Amino acid sequence: MSRLDDMLASLKAAFPANESIVKDIDLATITVAPADLPSVALTLRDDPSLAFTQLSDLCGVDYATYGQDEWNTSTAGAASFSRAVDSTSVGRLSFGSDFELPDIGRARFVVVSHLLSITHGVRLRVRCEAPDDSLPVVPSLTTVWANADWYEREAFDLFGILFEGHPDLRRILTDYGFVGHPFRKDFPLVGNVEMRYDPVKGRVVYEPVSIEPRVLVPRVIREDARYVSGEVEDEAAAAAAQAGQSAA
Amino acid sequence: MPEIRNYTLNFGPQHPAAHGVLRLVLEMDGEVVERADPHIGLLHRGTEKLAESKPYNQTIGYMDRLDYVSMMCNEHGYVMAIEKLLGVEVPERAQYIRVMFDEITRILNHLMWLGAHGLDIGAMSMFLYCFREREDLMDCYEAVSGARLHATYYRPGGVARDLPDQMPKYEANRFRSAAQVKKQNEARDGSMLDFIEDFANRFPRCVDEYETLLTDNRIWKQRTVGIGVVTPERALQLGFTGPMLRGSNTEWDLRKNEPYEVYDRIDFDIPIGMNGDSYDRYLVRIEEMRQSNRIIKQCIDWLRVNKGPVITEDHKVAPPRRSEMKGDMEALIHHFKLFTEGFSLPAGESYAAVEHPKGEFGCYLVSDGANKPYRLKVRAAGFPHLAALDEMARGHMLSDVVALIGTQDIVFGEIDR
Repeated sequence: MSRLDDMLASLKAAFPANESIVKDIDLATITVAPADLPSVALTLRDDPSLAFTQLSDLCGVDYATYGQDEWNTSTAGAASFSRAVDSTSVGRLSFGSDFELPDIGRARFVVVSHLLSITHGVRLRVRCEAPDDSLPVVPSLTTVWANADWYEREAFDLFGILFEGHPDLRRILTDYGFVGHPFRKDFPLVGNVEMRYDPVKGRVVYEPVSIEPRVLVPRVIREDARYVSGEVEDEAAAAAAQAGQSAA
Repeated sequence: MPEIRNYTLNFGPQHPAAHGVLRLVLEMDGEVVERADPHIGLLHRGTEKLAESKPYNQTIGYMDRLDYVSMMCNEHGYVMAIEKLLGVEVPERAQYIRVMFDEITRILNHLMWLGAHGLDIGAMSMFLYCFREREDLMDCYEAVSGARLHATYYRPGGVARDLPDQMPKYEANRFRSAAQVKKQNEARDGSMLDFIEDFANRFPRCVDEYETLLTDNRIWKQRTVGIGVVTPERALQLGFTGPMLRGSNTEWDLRKNEPYEVYDRIDFDIPIGMNGDSYDRYLVRIEEMRQSNRIIKQCIDWLRVNKGPVITEDHKVAPPRRSEMKGDMEALIHHFKLFTEGFSLPAGESYAAVEHPKGEFGCYLVSDGANKPYRLKVRAAGFPHLAALDEMARGHMLSDVVALIGTQDIVFGEIDR
């Protein structure tokens, strides 16, 4: 992948102050602070050594429950499946249930864009973290790439991320008059309202959902030896050695 | 003198030319469009949110339902994102099968597009001709997966099963005589590869037939030439991919520029249009069908002589064979774990894009090490295309909006997700 290595070098030359430029599988990634995003985006598009003329994709990510599973085997014994599944997990959220989001120690909302440079044949992932979790605001990219318009409307609709400078930030995918942002992790999978035709009233009525959320396969995080990086292995070995020493 | 007023016109969602559930709010000055505001989301099912609540393999079926006229290409993008993160090798035979079915899917999609586009702007018979050929290709889907549309055939690490040795056959009934059935079953006596080869030999003549009806047709040209012209710079700005970008004189095809599977070993050409109007995009898609046919033939030749596994032997990802499970404890455990819990991906992110018939179909996958995706974003090819409808429709007549929706090859399953 020499094209990618060349691009990493050009990126580092263009943004010497940014230390987040790394290679991830088959593309380059960069993390940009919201304040710098408009100027960085313009450089990415207009610098001939970068030439990211196309925005492939832009989306929001909600990191609220990152790394959490719902398989609670330490307290469940030989009992049934249902006891082992954590009853307060995201997958079991229903209408009106209280769900306390854990403190994750990082920005909750991140806007991830994928750029494509047709001249160099390389892709770039740009991450931009919204500083405030309760009111996530990120500058809009609509002036740099025209198709950011609908992508940003989608991220606003689904995650409630606000884009400063967007000309027309309306909901796009959800229904007219929809309440809430459905792709947030604290929004129940079954939704909040259901609708049906009421023959007595002669119109469509909205009611709180009546279906019970179910988890058929619980979310589990396995520590698979194949994916443990060398670093972690070294730490584990060091810990084992220390334990051995103290025992002796 | 009559008073001329501006109108706001609701086009769809129940309109035969809206290709599903598009609601288009048009601001008209007489018969000229001043502004087009597409309202989408009427088919929003929350596929990406559903994927977050299911093990990886259970989402493959949802991918079929995104762009429901090019099913296997959607699956391809999704399984490739998983394979990238997992680092699993796909056997060569599976790669050829995938390429072959990607191209079968491309022909399926373009036939659907040609039929519907023709119907929209007045070429009634196209629809019937295109659906005649689609029938054979959907029989291939059925033979290999059991389903004519929602195949769920691609799996992380390969494909669900090898190509079958026989094709399903028609049976005589009170509507179909034995003589008719015999004629219909002529190509179905051999294996599935024989059937596809028979189709691939017939198909170029079918495309010629479509072209005699349309390419030099005066009405067809009046409806498409100079309609919705997009410059190459603007096409990039608007996020166009696939035939929409190539119609605007830009040579970019992921099969050539970012070759995946075995596309780098296959000989085919990329057609591009010169003027960026609806007619050029029509010519590009017609030529793509011919090129897909070429690719299918090369895949058939390779698949005939090279046997081998069609899914990875890594049983943490793909189930072991049933015969193994009967005698081997390890295989039984693998099977049980795989179907009750699924497999876990290493924590990380991946973006995989395939050259879908409509453009670039990308899957952005965020994993936190669990057996379910943490976040899945589907980059639908049609989404930026429809977003550009406003710009393309301005200044055109109302009837040209129908031609534009047709030329964009809009399918709401993938746009609304």
